Amino acid sequence: MDIVYTIWLRSMKRYVRSKSRIIGSVSMPLFLLLFLGFGLNAVVTLPNSENYISFLMPGMVAMSVLFSSVFSGIQIIWDKQFGFLKETLVAPVSRLEIMIGQTVGGATTAFIQGIIILVLSLFIGLVVDNALRFLVAFLFMALIGISFTAFGIAIASRMEDMTGFQLIMNFIIFPVFALSGAFFPIASLPPVMGTVTLLDPLTYGVEGIRYGLTGSSQIDPLVCLAVIGGFALATTAVGAYLFRKIRI
Amino acid sequence: MVLGTPGTHRDGNHRMTSAIHIENLTRRFGDLVAVDSISFDIGHGEIFGLLGPNGAGKTTTLSMLATMLEPTSGSATVNGIDIAGDADGVRKSIGIVFQDQSLDEELTAWENMDFHGRLYRIPAAIRNQRIDELLRLVELSDRKDDIVKTFSGGMRRRLEIARGLLHHPSVLFLDEPTLGLDPQTRNHLWTYIATLAQEKGITIVITTHYMEEADRLCNRIAIIDHGKIIAMDTPERLKARIGGEVVTITSPDPDRVVSVLAGAGIETVDRRDGQVTIGLENAEQQISGLIVRLSENKVPVTAIAVHKPTLEDVFLAFTGKTIRDVEGDAKESMRIHHRAMRH
Repeated sequence: MDIVYTIWLRSMKRYVRSKSRIIGSVSMPLFLLLFLGFGLNAVVTLPNSENYISFLMPGMVAMSVLFSSVFSGIQIIWDKQFGFLKETLVAPVSRLEIMIGQTVGGATTAFIQGIIILVLSLFIGLVVDNALRFLVAFLFMALIGISFTAFGIAIASRMEDMTGFQLIMNFIIFPVFALSGAFFPIASLPPVMGTVTLLDPLTYGVEGIRYGLTGSSQIDPLVCLAVIGGFALATTAVGAYLFRKIRI
Repeated sequence: MVLGTPGTHRDGNHRMTSAIHIENLTRRFGDLVAVDSISFDIGHGEIFGLLGPNGAGKTTTLSMLATMLEPTSGSATVNGIDIAGDADGVRKSIGIVFQDQSLDEELTAWENMDFHGRLYRIPAAIRNQRIDELLRLVELSDRKDDIVKTFSGGMRRRLEIARGLLHHPSVLFLDEPTLGLDPQTRNHLWTYIATLAQEKGITIVITTHYMEEADRLCNRIAIIDHGKIIAMDTPERLKARIGGEVVTITSPDPDRVVSVLAGAGIETVDRRDGQVTIGLENAEQQISGLIVRLSENKVPVTAIAVHKPTLEDVFLAFTGKTIRDVEGDAKESMRIHHRAMRH
């Protein structure tokens, strides 16, 4: 546990020092929220006559957590390139402890990034009507954070340098985000796209957050919890396995 | 393979007295044999140098001893602990300074030390005290709260050495610790290392390119090439093997120099770029005879230089290359090494 804490502590120290990263990964979801939200608010009519900007909020919180966590996980490549990973790997500690520490650290920073979007949303119409239910949203944010940090670590364990990063972002992370039901109600999508959306694990994270924030969601929150929880376990297991075999 | 091992063991119980015991250690990367069945012992408190060109197997050997890499075959113990059997036990008892930097540049000097101390589970009170002590030792106390990004190469190296000592290892591995540093910083560092070995009584294993400094520091040296140990002894004895002094003859016709010297029963150690190098006993007395012989045979000679043998000459004699040639090949051999690592 103390090793996990040590690695977590390092992530936190690095996080609070990287102002540009904090701002950088908040700006994109905020930008989308403001421009898509206000821009399409008048044009889009949702089945339940909900505000489009309110509909977008859970997705943008999830986006903030998603991008930040993938980035945290993949940062292991920097540690590999700058040599710091060796220092950790040659210590008398198990790789599982290191990997868990990295995951918890990355998930924490991603969680904070999500909270920032959540707080900013309060200024554009987010209403906290039930504090307890809000904690459900936090839980889902944490699960998305864990899932995708572990996913980033898994990718980073197999990558030599950052050149593949853009590829991963464009071909995996962005589709995962775009197909997550963050932008459109799942029910109003054509059947094929609806099916694809239901195959995307992030959909369940977004819907879980949606339930936490608004009290209603397009998928049963318990189903969401089971799927994203299972996904978090699976990515952590794969991440731990690949990290164990890392060569430097 | 029994090579000179003064002061370590004379009988069969070297397992008891050696800090490091290596037996037929081998590592292959695909077809490449990076380390080829090496065996030797390093005594407690020794400063032991591993000399050799890039790709000779120095770092691979170190990686195996530090349990970062599994041997293909053979065995080794560090502080009596088997590297294959108890990796964590070995890791607790060694410190290592890698060839490439391994600090977190976003953290301060103190935080880098603290991270290390926590990883090695040193209790907080002892940890803080040792960090202060070691930072003072490497003269970084006044910069302890500065982010490592702002440090010079020499300061980073000193910090890494301090960090390597934090958990009080009994063996310290230094992989090219002074590579890329300016001569002044390098000298400074070597003084530290020598003091450390003396004061703390730890065993130090160094790989290096700098012959002069290996000579000054190491109690014993092993020259490694193509994964094999080709010579191992004290620097003095290694130099003595060259015999007397080293004479370098520069001539537009080096072939004839070699043949005339051969006629006099003198063996050529090396020839390159119009220079012929030989080892000569009592060079002061013999040199005039040598010159007479060369001029009698009408061999043109541009210059003759006589100097005491250095490790550079030893290296040349054993590997047929100067370390400078080797550095020229470094990029190529690193590429080969890198390719092999991917397999």
